[in-house]
Amino acid sequence: MSQPSLLSEIKDKNRVFSFMQSQASPMLNVDKQILLYLEGLSVSFDGFKAINDLNLYIRDGELRCIIGPNGAGKTTMMDIITGKTKPDTGSAWFGQTINLLELDEPAIAQAGIGRKFQKPTVFESLSVYDNLVLAMPDERKVFSLLFAKLNGEQSDRIDEVITLIGLKENKAMRAGSLSHGQKQWLEIGMLLMQKPRLLLVDEPVAGMTHQEMDRTAELLVSLSGNHSVVVVEHDMDFVRQLAGKDRTVTVLHQGSVLAEGSMDQVQNNRKVIEVYLGE
Amino acid sequence: MFLWNLIKQDRGGQVLLALLALAIIIVPILNSLPSDHPLHIPTYVVAVMGKYLTLALLALSVDLVWGYLGILTLGHGAFFALGGYVMGMYLMRQIGDRGVYGNPELPDFMVFLNYDSLPWYWTGLDQFWFAAIMIVLVPGVLAYVFGALAFRSRVSGVYLSIITQALTFALMLAFFRNEMGFGGNNGLTDFKDMLGFNLQARETRVGLFVASAVALALGYLLCRAVTQSRLGKVCVAVRDAESRSRFMGYRVENVKLWVFTLSAMIAGVAGALYVPQVGIINPNEFSPLNSIEIVVWVAVGGRATLYGAVAGAIFINYAKTWFTTELPDVWLFALGAIFILVTVLMPKGIVGLLRRKESST
Repeated sequence: MSQPSLLSEIKDKNRVFSFMQSQASPMLNVDKQILLYLEGLSVSFDGFKAINDLNLYIRDGELRCIIGPNGAGKTTMMDIITGKTKPDTGSAWFGQTINLLELDEPAIAQAGIGRKFQKPTVFESLSVYDNLVLAMPDERKVFSLLFAKLNGEQSDRIDEVITLIGLKENKAMRAGSLSHGQKQWLEIGMLLMQKPRLLLVDEPVAGMTHQEMDRTAELLVSLSGNHSVVVVEHDMDFVRQLAGKDRTVTVLHQGSVLAEGSMDQVQNNRKVIEVYLGE
Repeated sequence: MFLWNLIKQDRGGQVLLALLALAIIIVPILNSLPSDHPLHIPTYVVAVMGKYLTLALLALSVDLVWGYLGILTLGHGAFFALGGYVMGMYLMRQIGDRGVYGNPELPDFMVFLNYDSLPWYWTGLDQFWFAAIMIVLVPGVLAYVFGALAFRSRVSGVYLSIITQALTFALMLAFFRNEMGFGGNNGLTDFKDMLGFNLQARETRVGLFVASAVALALGYLLCRAVTQSRLGKVCVAVRDAESRSRFMGYRVENVKLWVFTLSAMIAGVAGALYVPQVGIINPNEFSPLNSIEIVVWVAVGGRATLYGAVAGAIFINYAKTWFTTELPDVWLFALGAIFILVTVLMPKGIVGLLRRKESST
């Protein structure tokens, strides 16, 4: 019986065959308003459980702060989401349809997850401008890169971003000779160019002045809505500033979620006080 | 126009191409002067200079992957030697029945080893066009397969360097075996002519010199085109922060794979031009030490500038020729001293030194 149906499939000229469809990033589906699902994740390194039955859901367009003492598994969690580390058990889905555990780092980045590292990592020997050019999500294949040219729309976008991060004057400068704070900004600018749907930000204000911290907070808040932003941070003042009254804060401890709620709820949670202040 | 845009910002490249153009015009003229003329360049010197140019092309290919992509390859001599062997096989087939045994079909060493017929992989190599394709294809395919295995499994740094050494060492041992059908430890030699031109003739030597200079110029422009493109910037990005470029969505392994393959092809062309000028190819060309020496040339000249690699290769090889004729016992010490001095005093090589002088005046 299968043969006639195969024949009719072939005759249907509008049909896109499955082998022609891109396997790497099927369309992102956020029908349920949840962008990121982490369920029952566990991973251990040499017997040490870095992540232990972690469950976390990030809503579409949400700004979520994650705090936790050192060794709580924050960085490992980011490694799992971005494909650097594979968990022992559990599942990680991006929207309804994209299984993150089946993809590698470039595929996950192309699906729309951007990551900012704790230590600012920019391409030091390239100019500020080229750093932003490379972050553009348009060209990723080797041969199209060889012949890639900026079109007007793309260079407009770069100009926009370079103004936003305040490096317009330093456009032709080697990224390596920027100050620490400027590098942080450049990296944020690179993430903006990448237009990710989900932005993972690891300790963005480390080494920043108070003024720069305020600007960063402002920027991250303005990004949420269009993007989901997950911020991992030690600095409590900064987290309070970001979370405000009604945003959700998640506390990680020993690889799993200890508490979740608004900043006030979390701060008055007994378990959290124990972990942070000792018995 | 496109070519000019490539080197508009590139003083070193302009100088290099101008010098090559000059050499292409001047050397044949000076060579044709009567031999008692003070400006006469003897034919053997032309051949030696042609050899330097092919080695410079080889250094260029190493700079492309080491300077721009950060892959410290210690096995590029293998691709050079493979290109050379393909050319050698073509030249062997051109000997025809002029060999010692006078066999019209089989090269001398095969008659000596009691072969009945040509091994299958010698088929077609009596045709120059086929040999020309194989010169880029054989090193290219080997580099592609090797790179696909190494880069997919994310071997990098010193481990990759060691594997490239193992690759060239393994090939050396294989080519030493008589059963391989490549002439064993004697290699391929006693070439007579190429494309119908006698290899010993003055005109052929000059022609090969010009061909080497043209190949070097084209190779330079090709490498420059790659490094100036966005792909070249991705290469530098991979060199400086590999995982960052992965998280940005670049398939690092593919970038490395294709640039490495291109580089191996350029090395193959260099080898193919080298062999007719030195008149022999044997398994010693695969020796791991040779490949390490190429890296020294690039380091001495200055990494990640392309023309620095050319300068380094010519400088070291000229020094080598000079020392081995004047003070043969001292050569290895001199090479060691040059390398130490360059690393300590001029970490950016000859090019770095020139640039510093330029900016201080």
